[in-house]
Amino acid sequence: MQTRRNFLKALTLSASIAAIGLPMGAQAADTIKVGILHSLSGTMAISETALKNVALMTIEEINASGGVLGKKLEAVVVDPASDWPLFAERSRQLLTQDKVAVVFGCWTSVSRKSVLPVFKELNGLLFYPVQYEGEELEKNVFYTGAAPNQQAIPAVEYLMSEEGGGAKRFFLLGTDYVYPRTTNKILRAFLHSKGVQDKDIEEVYTPFGHSDYQTIVANIKKFAAGGKTAVVSTINGDSNVPFYKELGNAGLKATEVPVVAFSVGEEELRGVDTKPLEGHLAAWNYFMSVKNPQNTAFIDKYKAWAKANGVPNADTVVTNDPMEATYVGIHMWKQAVEQAKTTDVDAVIQAVGGQSFKAPSGFTLTMDKTNHHLHKPVLIGEVRPDGQFDVVWQTREPIRAQPWSPFIEGNEGKQGL
Amino acid sequence: MKKQASHWARRALFLLPLLVAFLLLAAAGKARAALDEATLQGLGAADFGERIAAIEAVGATGGERARAIIAALEAGELGTAGGRVVIVRDGRVVDAASGEALELVADAVDSLRVNNRVRRALAVANAALDLESGERARRLAAAQTLRDNASEVVLPVLERALESEEDDAIREVVLLAAARVNLNADDPAKRLKAVTALGQSSDAGVKTLLEPFLDPASEPDAGVREAAAASIAAIERRVSIARNIGTVFSGLSLGSILLLAALGLAITYGVMGIINMAHGELLMIGAYAAFLVQGLFRAHLPEYVDWYVLAAIPAGFFAAAAVGVVMERTVLRFLYGRPLESLLATWGISLVLIQAARVLFGPQNVELANPSWMSGGMELAAGVVLPWNRIVILGFAVFVLLLVWLMMNRTRLGMFVRAVTQNRAMAGCVGVPTARVDTLAFAIGAGIAGLGGVALSQIANVGPAMGQGYIVDSFMVVVLGGVGQLAGAVWAAMGLGIVSKFLEGWAGAVIAKILVLVFIIAFIQKRPQGIFALKGRFADN
Repeated sequence: MQTRRNFLKALTLSASIAAIGLPMGAQAADTIKVGILHSLSGTMAISETALKNVALMTIEEINASGGVLGKKLEAVVVDPASDWPLFAERSRQLLTQDKVAVVFGCWTSVSRKSVLPVFKELNGLLFYPVQYEGEELEKNVFYTGAAPNQQAIPAVEYLMSEEGGGAKRFFLLGTDYVYPRTTNKILRAFLHSKGVQDKDIEEVYTPFGHSDYQTIVANIKKFAAGGKTAVVSTINGDSNVPFYKELGNAGLKATEVPVVAFSVGEEELRGVDTKPLEGHLAAWNYFMSVKNPQNTAFIDKYKAWAKANGVPNADTVVTNDPMEATYVGIHMWKQAVEQAKTTDVDAVIQAVGGQSFKAPSGFTLTMDKTNHHLHKPVLIGEVRPDGQFDVVWQTREPIRAQPWSPFIEGNEGKQGL
Repeated sequence: MKKQASHWARRALFLLPLLVAFLLLAAAGKARAALDEATLQGLGAADFGERIAAIEAVGATGGERARAIIAALEAGELGTAGGRVVIVRDGRVVDAASGEALELVADAVDSLRVNNRVRRALAVANAALDLESGERARRLAAAQTLRDNASEVVLPVLERALESEEDDAIREVVLLAAARVNLNADDPAKRLKAVTALGQSSDAGVKTLLEPFLDPASEPDAGVREAAAASIAAIERRVSIARNIGTVFSGLSLGSILLLAALGLAITYGVMGIINMAHGELLMIGAYAAFLVQGLFRAHLPEYVDWYVLAAIPAGFFAAAAVGVVMERTVLRFLYGRPLESLLATWGISLVLIQAARVLFGPQNVELANPSWMSGGMELAAGVVLPWNRIVILGFAVFVLLLVWLMMNRTRLGMFVRAVTQNRAMAGCVGVPTARVDTLAFAIGAGIAGLGGVALSQIANVGPAMGQGYIVDSFMVVVLGGVGQLAGAVWAAMGLGIVSKFLEGWAGAVIAKILVLVFIIAFIQKRPQGIFALKGRFADN
């Protein structure tokens, strides 16, 4: 009995040490702390774990080249466990206890909305790396993902073009929460402006984690019988896997009914047999398959980091758009701090606007001087049998974000932002 | 790059009359046209529309050369260099038209990009080529592709096929394809024939195609209008029957998944009375066992990898059963008759198992490929495809059900299990080793959950938290069916499956889920014992 108790004691002790986790490094005064706020467990772990990894890699890279203002960066990683209120709690902890200079984090819009009051109250600084629905512009947040006009609208324009298949009818399919509903509201208004009528638009939502897409695929077929149809998918998280499996098995090919997705990238397709999905599309601002020296270096660096740090399945890791946006965001923050010569939040916010960085997408991205969003290129890719994307359309130049979509009523006065 | 493109555009413009002339020629005569330079140049045209037309024309000419060109374009090996269309293979450049080797470096070739539009044209071209193949299956598939995509260019191919084709099934499909093209004919008699022929179709898309023929403004001939109305009515009837069959099938498929998820619970909760919150994690263990078996097959028996699922069935059963034995021996046996404690303890175990899977396999979902014999589907009618993986799982559910029924009703162990659950003390008195029976029964329940996991791995996501999504559904099935009854679980699972599929078609997934839950609450209020109630003296326990 005694030994068993000792064993248990040892076990709990080691577990609690593990739980205290990563900020175990020496608490030297000459470091700058940065917070990383991504779910490492729960439903969103699938997507967000890779963002934590790439953030740690970027911090390591910056430290290797001398740090910021002569100080090393020290990452404080917390796990909000896909639990929206916990996001707020953890960010409060980062800002008040750990006193981090900046936080990189969040994926879902609902998690971002739940941390906003904390960042406003404590005057923190958040870099948000994922494409989203817009309708927001906070002083304390920089958005390094795409706004609707940098992803959703160009994608639908492409589908309507002759090259994209000349779609006349649109099946808008999404997970039931704020991002898909807002995006589809914008798309519906946009399609109206292009002369598409309501009878040619179908809007369908499924709950989070939905896994039986039989009826939906049958309905898509039914709808597609009425004319050239494209599906616009804002399904989020791991529901995408059964959705695409069902598509493949039901024989709905991209040549007949193309599906363009806004939340499916290389990482999400790792769990899917992509051979039947050849030709389905995704719209992003970066693809792993883009060929340029920055991207090659970025991918090599991440692969090496994953191997060195024992990431599971390190030999097959991929990079994707939100990872690139995280990488760009951290570098822009570093440049802004060096320009401001301080980590003081107000001074850094002043300095971030106008920063530019040569990104792995092959473009030099600039942070807008006023609207806290990046100017980004739009890329549309078709799925290849190996799970990567072939770029079939792209903008020549990065385009400026419109966080307040002109297709939503009441935003007319905000277009100058 | 840009200069070259505009050069190409000009050149293409110059070639356009040639191309049109060629197409007319090809359409006019049924004789096989030779693959000529103008068509080939069209493949490299800057304008996508021209390129598509050229691809279909190449397919329609037929022959080995055309096949090689189409294959090269599909593989991304076709390109343009110095004003001609070339094929690049293994770094060597050959002329596409003649097949002669050229003195060019591969880097000087602009390869032709393939996108969905090109891919569709390639499918048509391939089908046109395959229509003359010696294999029946290939000809049939080709005819089906053309039925949905035929255009003017392939009409001569279709007519050639109608002359030479001897298989009636294929002829029928080819006739539909030809009818689709002839819809645009100027001759009302031809149109009438086409419209009438299309009445044999069961594709809702054809209905859309026929609708303009109802309108006197676009269709002057009254006979054609009447025929179109009759054809549309025939198609509608066929489509609606096929759709209802499709919906019932998807309901049965959902029901079979619910049943596989719940059958293990029907034993551990239904028969033994343990509220096992870790039931979902036993499913997860079965699914991960399938994943490990797949890995073993890929590493050691790559030629048999298609059959890994069969090997995964026993692996999933024993892996989950082993965990079940450990759970029962170390925790649950101290908690019999204390439902609240066992609920908390098993919930704790479920968290431990989830975290263990996360540590062992990582937080990401793992990929399980459907074997080729479970991919794709059986086409019942145009637009209604029953996927093989769902058909196989439906059969598997019946098999597992049979196994469980035999075990419970035809074996000594099954009799002991029933005896112990009905009256533990009395069973003990007559010499039934109650403790061992408990362990075995729980292990079998867990093993069946593992089997469910193997089936789920073919259809749903496999990740550490996958079980959480099934625990509520499983309890729903068992409670609705009536605790302690296998037959109840079957009726409840199939009923829930079909009802929710019909509701979903009518009201959408979110509302359907809510309605099903409301229905179950109302039902349990009225009839707390479930569909099938236990009868007799032990019913109160």
